[in-house]
Amino acid sequence: MTAVQSPTQGSAQAAAPLKRTPLYDLHIELGARMVPFAGYEMPVQYANGILKEHLHVRAAAGLFDVSHMGQLAIRSRGGEVANAATAFESVVPVDLLGLAAGRQRYALLTNEKGGVRDDLMITRMDDRLHVVANAACKDADENYLREALKGTCDIERLDDRALLALQGPMAESVLTSVTPDVVGMRFMDVRAVSICAADCMVSRSGYTGEDGFEISVPLAAAEIVARKVLDNPHVAMIGLGARDSLRLEAGLCLYGSDLDTETTPVEAALEWSIQASRRAGGAHAGAFPGAAIILDQLKNGTPRRRIGLRPEGRAPVRHGAPLFADLQSRDPVGVVTSGGFGPSVNAPIAMGYVTSKCATAGAPIFAELRGERVPVRIAKFPFVPPKYKR
Amino acid sequence: MMKFTSDHEWIRVDQDSATVGITPFAQEKLGDLVFVQLPKLGAALEAGGAAAVVESVKAASDVYAPIKGEVIEVNQQVADDPTLVNSDPTGNGWLFKVRIGDRSQLDKLMDEPAYQKLIADSH
Repeated sequence: MTAVQSPTQGSAQAAAPLKRTPLYDLHIELGARMVPFAGYEMPVQYANGILKEHLHVRAAAGLFDVSHMGQLAIRSRGGEVANAATAFESVVPVDLLGLAAGRQRYALLTNEKGGVRDDLMITRMDDRLHVVANAACKDADENYLREALKGTCDIERLDDRALLALQGPMAESVLTSVTPDVVGMRFMDVRAVSICAADCMVSRSGYTGEDGFEISVPLAAAEIVARKVLDNPHVAMIGLGARDSLRLEAGLCLYGSDLDTETTPVEAALEWSIQASRRAGGAHAGAFPGAAIILDQLKNGTPRRRIGLRPEGRAPVRHGAPLFADLQSRDPVGVVTSGGFGPSVNAPIAMGYVTSKCATAGAPIFAELRGERVPVRIAKFPFVPPKYKR
Repeated sequence: MMKFTSDHEWIRVDQDSATVGITPFAQEKLGDLVFVQLPKLGAALEAGGAAAVVESVKAASDVYAPIKGEVIEVNQQVADDPTLVNSDPTGNGWLFKVRIGDRSQLDKLMDEPAYQKLIADSH
């Protein structure tokens, strides 16, 4: 028996020594299976296993260590956050000028071809922007932003901070019992909050489709805060394996698999992340990398489109599987970019790209699986109803 | 008599036929199974050839035939409930049975102590 397919994303790069997060000892103590991921030694699962961890997040609350992700503070040279927002609008098709202090937005860092360098969470604070970037992209992002925002902004890499995510229907009651300062927060709100006497930044967001929070915490306090949250019997520590199946059920993209430098926001069906003010006719339209291509695609559509897939049988259809319009045709109409088993859906689920003329919800197409074509149906995202507290 | 492969399959011989499954070590490494694809009845398997597929939430793995043989029975129970392989890998979680095609190939497989040593050394 041997693995014939394993996740390609985030596999070990070169032979550089793997970095550890401040929760490494806690992971080991909790029986984590550690794997190389984007240069870090990260927990893919704990003793309970991916299936139970996934279901626990949907039923109660799960705590994730996502400290491998990059955190950056962006400040304008003059100190005005509005100027930092204006400057940062030159690299993302997102309205940051219109973003209130203490609010967060999902943003795509685009390139000149309209492709995506990375997907980010951007928070506007009173004095700065706070950016969360993917682990595998964070160094490249930092270098790119230093160059792109040269002369207007100072960029501080927050390597002194860890990042925890608390997700699930009980996340609110759990975190409220740890700190009353989060009471009244709604989806995408961000607050400076003291937890266990540490200066944290808490956002009401996450990447599982559940209600929940992300907690940016000083490295030295990360384990104290994590243990405090884990003291609540409803909370279990959750690994990256379940994080992947949770985000797939929520229809969310994994950078490097579902999104890359050759894929535009419109192809990826992420045009909702581009506010009206940045579109043609908007108050600060265009003026981001790839604007001409992306604005044209917003108006005229794209040759291919990201879609959800529901295999009709029980066999999971995974990353890289080609998609065909029928049983006979030689040329594929698309490809699966993420796929596996959805524990809450209790069935295989996937996402991928197909030619736009095939991209009709409910339409039957075929995926090639171990030399056979198996029927899959194009499905709407998400696969499970989102639970965000808007 | 039970024998083992270095790919973590077990095979239990009963006169002219043999039952095949994956080892407790293998199921533990894979985690909760969500799908099992069994060989077709009558399929002619070669030693070391792909015979079945077991899939966890995260990955798909091939199961190889430990010896040459014709598939004479498959365990429909594990196709319906793949977690049987996790809960009872060497019992009710068996995968398929073959009519032994080449008995001499059994001699090349590991016995239990040799297999336990292999696992211990891989840690």
